[in-house]
Amino acid sequence: MISVSHLVKTFGDFTAVSDISFDVAQGEIFAFLGPNGAGKTTTIKMLTTLLRPSSGHIELDGLDPTVRQKQARQRFGIVFQDPSLDNEQTAWENMDLHGVLYHVPRKVRAQRSEELLKLFELWERKDAYVKTFSGGMKRRLEIARGFLHTPKILFLDEPTLGLDPQSRNQLWTHVKRLNETENTTVFLTTHYMDEADRVAHRIAIMDHGKIVAQGTSAELKEQTKTESLEAAFLSLTGSSLRDEGADSKDRLRQMAQMFQRR
Amino acid sequence: MGAIYILWLRELKRYVRSRVQIVVSLGQPCLYLLALGFGLGPVFRQAGHGSYLQFMAPGVVGMTVLFSSVFSGIAMLWDRQFGFLKETLVAPVSRMQIMVGRTLGGATVAIIQGTLILVICLIAGFRPHSWFAIPLAFLFVAMIAIVFAALGTAIGSVIKDMQGFQLVMNFLVMPIFFLSGALFPLANLPLAMSIITKLDPLAYGVDGLRGVLINTWHFNLAFDVAVLAGIAVLFLSAGAYLFTRIEA
Repeated sequence: MISVSHLVKTFGDFTAVSDISFDVAQGEIFAFLGPNGAGKTTTIKMLTTLLRPSSGHIELDGLDPTVRQKQARQRFGIVFQDPSLDNEQTAWENMDLHGVLYHVPRKVRAQRSEELLKLFELWERKDAYVKTFSGGMKRRLEIARGFLHTPKILFLDEPTLGLDPQSRNQLWTHVKRLNETENTTVFLTTHYMDEADRVAHRIAIMDHGKIVAQGTSAELKEQTKTESLEAAFLSLTGSSLRDEGADSKDRLRQMAQMFQRR
Repeated sequence: MGAIYILWLRELKRYVRSRVQIVVSLGQPCLYLLALGFGLGPVFRQAGHGSYLQFMAPGVVGMTVLFSSVFSGIAMLWDRQFGFLKETLVAPVSRMQIMVGRTLGGATVAIIQGTLILVICLIAGFRPHSWFAIPLAFLFVAMIAIVFAALGTAIGSVIKDMQGFQLVMNFLVMPIFFLSGALFPLANLPLAMSIITKLDPLAYGVDGLRGVLINTWHFNLAFDVAVLAGIAVLFLSAGAYLFTRIEA
């Protein structure tokens, strides 16, 4: 369903993603783990047509997203790291607007919105403005919205960041269920090892723009001779702290400023 | 087409729902109308130009449409801040459709605002020279709305923070308003000022409004319409170009 070969993204002389290759089968839940700045978000951005790869090849459901952008976008759903809901509209209106943008026929739109809002336990609040929602409710709504146009692939970029354990737990239960009932391929990034361990069929660990290991949770543990995924992760990526912050765009901006000063 | 409609509808919903905003945004033109209209009225009359309220009412309508339409474009700043912009940018529809939907929505809201102010002007004592002029006045209201909603979209695509917004308000929108002849006649101005006013798109809108409503022209009907149409095409193209270049 997703096939990536020799993907590279450079910003000036900084290499954010350095020659990575992997495949994700249909119906699989694939987790990308890695310290801050490892290149996870840059990879997701390239997969979802938001960034152009410097080189390498991507295939989503047999399509090259850099060439057939619109067709590719129709086939996937994405939940960004930061919220992307319209706070001034109701939950229902947010779903409806998404459905229109993704060419979902009116009847299907109404029916699926109802199903998904019920599944994610938001049906009672469907006519409330999103600005009155808690963080967990907003996340649930975004994920429900991501499923609305029956995407073949759903991208989740750190979807559980800042949520309490109850919300996280519930969220993954729903995602897993939809993955099983609709055979949606799920590509996710997270910092929570226990989540990856529990949800993902296969895991890739990324560091410094490279994939340092991939396989099932059991395979990773075996490979590193460790007891837990967390230990495996630390053994693969080292335990030194990474610089928090500067994402690829910030780095570009900093570079542009330095350039101007010269 | 669905995308254009749903984004147009969103702009309208936001407008109708923000009642406080409606009152606030109508407050400023009302202040101009009452304070200047009645305050400067006697001076204007003594100078032999007739009723100032009659003269400035079309200008205040133009001003309302200007502010309202530019604001709606710049409201993109908030959509960027709260993330909603991204949702539309990764959707499988062309950027052009998204831009057109937003811009038409903003223009529609501006037309409604202009209409409300026109009604307030009528209540305050403004009288058009003929009631048949009203439909033609709407042509000009609509053209002003489209021109400046497109400008707003172009600006909204470029600025990223509140400082940028302040800059645009002080150095672009306010000058466009003050130099448009909304508050004073364009005749007999010093040469430099006369040239600047001719570069102001709103000058043609206000002239058109004033022409059809009280039959006082500085340019003429055909010229005003032609200039506004030309500028609309120019600004829409600029808005479309800049909007398609936004990085998500």
